Amino acid sequence: MPSFVITEKCDGCKAQDKTACQYICPNDLMTLNRDLMKAYNQEPEQCWECYNCVKICPQQAIEVRAYQDFAPLGGNVIPMRGTDSIMWTIKFRNGVLKRFKFPIRLTAEGSVDPYAGKPEADMSKIKQPGFFTHQGAGKTMPVMK
Amino acid sequence: MEKETCTFSFCQKPEVVEVETDLLLIGGGMACCGAAYEAARWAKGKNIKITMVDKAATDRSGAVAMGLSAINTYMGENDPKDYVKMVRGDLMGIIREDLVYDLGRHVDDSVHLFEEWGLPIWKKGDDGFSLDGFQARDAGKKLLKDGGEPVRSGKWQIMINGESYKVIVAEAAKKALEINRNENGGVQNHFERVFIVKLYKDANDPKRVAAAAGFSVRENKIYIFKAKVMINASGGAVNVFRPRSTQEGQGRAWYPVWNSGSGYALGLQAGAELTMMENRFVPARFKDGYGPVGAWFLFFKAKATNSLGEDYCATNLEETKKLYSPYAEKLGTAIRNHMMMMDMKAGKGPILMNTHHAMAAINATFKEKLGEKEGAKKVKHLEAEAWEDFLDMAIGQAGLWACKNVEPDKVPSEIMPTEPYLLGSHAGCAGFWCSGPDDLGAPDHYHWGYNRMSTVPGLFMCGDICGASGHKFSSGSHAEGRIAAKAALAFMMDNSSYKPAIKETADQIAADLYFPFETYEKYKTVSTDPAINPHYIRPKMLQTRLQKISDEYFGGISTWYMTSKTMLDEGLKLLEMLKEDAALMGASNLHELMRCWENYHRILSVEAHARHILFREETRYPGYYYRGDFLAINDADWKCFVNSKYDVTTNTWEMKKVPYAQLVAD
Repeated sequence: MPSFVITEKCDGCKAQDKTACQYICPNDLMTLNRDLMKAYNQEPEQCWECYNCVKICPQQAIEVRAYQDFAPLGGNVIPMRGTDSIMWTIKFRNGVLKRFKFPIRLTAEGSVDPYAGKPEADMSKIKQPGFFTHQGAGKTMPVMK
Repeated sequence: MEKETCTFSFCQKPEVVEVETDLLLIGGGMACCGAAYEAARWAKGKNIKITMVDKAATDRSGAVAMGLSAINTYMGENDPKDYVKMVRGDLMGIIREDLVYDLGRHVDDSVHLFEEWGLPIWKKGDDGFSLDGFQARDAGKKLLKDGGEPVRSGKWQIMINGESYKVIVAEAAKKALEINRNENGGVQNHFERVFIVKLYKDANDPKRVAAAAGFSVRENKIYIFKAKVMINASGGAVNVFRPRSTQEGQGRAWYPVWNSGSGYALGLQAGAELTMMENRFVPARFKDGYGPVGAWFLFFKAKATNSLGEDYCATNLEETKKLYSPYAEKLGTAIRNHMMMMDMKAGKGPILMNTHHAMAAINATFKEKLGEKEGAKKVKHLEAEAWEDFLDMAIGQAGLWACKNVEPDKVPSEIMPTEPYLLGSHAGCAGFWCSGPDDLGAPDHYHWGYNRMSTVPGLFMCGDICGASGHKFSSGSHAEGRIAAKAALAFMMDNSSYKPAIKETADQIAADLYFPFETYEKYKTVSTDPAINPHYIRPKMLQTRLQKISDEYFGGISTWYMTSKTMLDEGLKLLEMLKEDAALMGASNLHELMRCWENYHRILSVEAHARHILFREETRYPGYYYRGDFLAINDADWKCFVNSKYDVTTNTWEMKKVPYAQLVAD
């Protein structure tokens, strides 16, 4: 499943300008119950288990309980996403624990400067093959023959 | 049934926001992010407005939202001609070789950008073992563009630490849009959580599309985007066939569950010609969790067998050659599925990925090469790599293994062919018939001036919906978005006097898009429980009925992917009634309103799929689907494209054969 929200931990992102999980869910599943000021997954059978809500939650209030139509209970997978790497803890049904850490990016968040050091586009070549980057570097695109 | 209209007598009338732009990008996935990046550079200093509209948050939208553990299309030292041969072999002989070659010669530049923006790419260490992104940086390994050596899991694939792949690519696209915005007075040009429902024809030129309309899924607002040129990259179709999962697990689709066929539906309703919509993809994946098998096959060299330990691709090859030679010998993805299913039908399942044998072999080799201690260390690193494969792109599979106590070095895991998917960027090629480049010696019917333009002037397609050119994957979709963006701007400049205009009023469009609200609000109190009400169909049941029809009549899992003319004819009758019922969709909130229209898009995508299968009287893709009445491949009559065109005003389809041209010799 589907992501679920831990009642005690969720604060409805009341200190933020928007609810983080609701903002990020690619399938528009996470929603805020305004009476309780708690988030919930409004359509669990459409959840891809992409974990984006889990990773973004500032309170670590969201976890995933595996799909019960095929998964036995008791296992879980919990990420801690930092700025340059992510830590995963996998707990098996039988108690086995595995921990992994992987890089996620080599630059600071927000530091991408998309055209730094890139050539200008040459309008005389807009109908020729190659991107502005190829053309600016004087590269000719290969052909089959 | 009597046709009703929305007069906003029951539901609240939305605010209408009209946006005028030059280039409209529909979608926010890899292809549209590529389009934004390339377009903003060409537009610099020319007062050209670029606008992106995404139904989700671009940081995590599209097929790469979760992340990826590999980039599957990177040429590197390879010749794009060999890439064409691989794609042609895997897609059973019929592809647009011009489009595929063109993608191959462009794609690496996108991968180099990803690395520059911070995507960690594995590099080969001096000892021949792999280094992850951190280790490679710390060891001073070169970037790919400077000759750095990637870790290849296959001839075309390179391994990455791709948890934040989409976030990184989106960051560059958003910055590009910001630059364009600042050049044009700072007016908003990036819309998230706006779902595009329809394209609208130009009032003066019926061949062209002039606007796209959709609604916010957050507030009561309709958006009408008028544009001089458009790029449609809104994805393939998932959850169109009844899935193997029965309840919650339906979300664990192999491909992103939010790909709702919008890409196909938007284009086909605008009259763009489709190609190879009979194609589908049925991936064989770890059962239920649908975790990737590619790294296990290619990187860890695991073997799949039936439960008797037999290699079904060896034991069933002779039998398979009888109907499917010379394609069978190429052992493409469809053929391997076919042979797997032969054993499953013979009761020799479950089919197993022998991860434990692979790990044991690796363990032995490492210890022999490196000694006990160093060998064990490398094995531990390798185990992490195996888990990362899931954790980067199918976390649910890691969860399923945890729940089932599966340690891959100890026990094998079951694999199985999934329900069918419609897409054109992975190992499938369903999509639109698009113009290719004009410098590759392709026949005249392959190109009409603007690369990746559909048969509707000014409407470009890329990513999952540019047809007959599969195996683009994430990097190729980004590159294709860039190719399309550049050509779209060229088209726009060649037609500089064009001013988009539509005949529909804003009120009419609002009424059309909000009709499922009106219907629901009007009738919801007729029954004591609004869930069961004779006056409307809720989006969930619309999807359920669609899945049942496609599964039972169009070759889903319940018939082992078998269909025929008689089955297709019957299913199409039922589908027509479902299409009619879609006029009575009922939505109780904005989320359901999106689900209604998404499912309408799914219905149209499936209709195209079924009509193409019906027209092609052969079994081109054994292992994906079978025509029981034409069980063999028939190259004499069907080594050609099947194209179709839908006329939305008459609700009719025009089908035709289009000649295939081989541009790269065997």
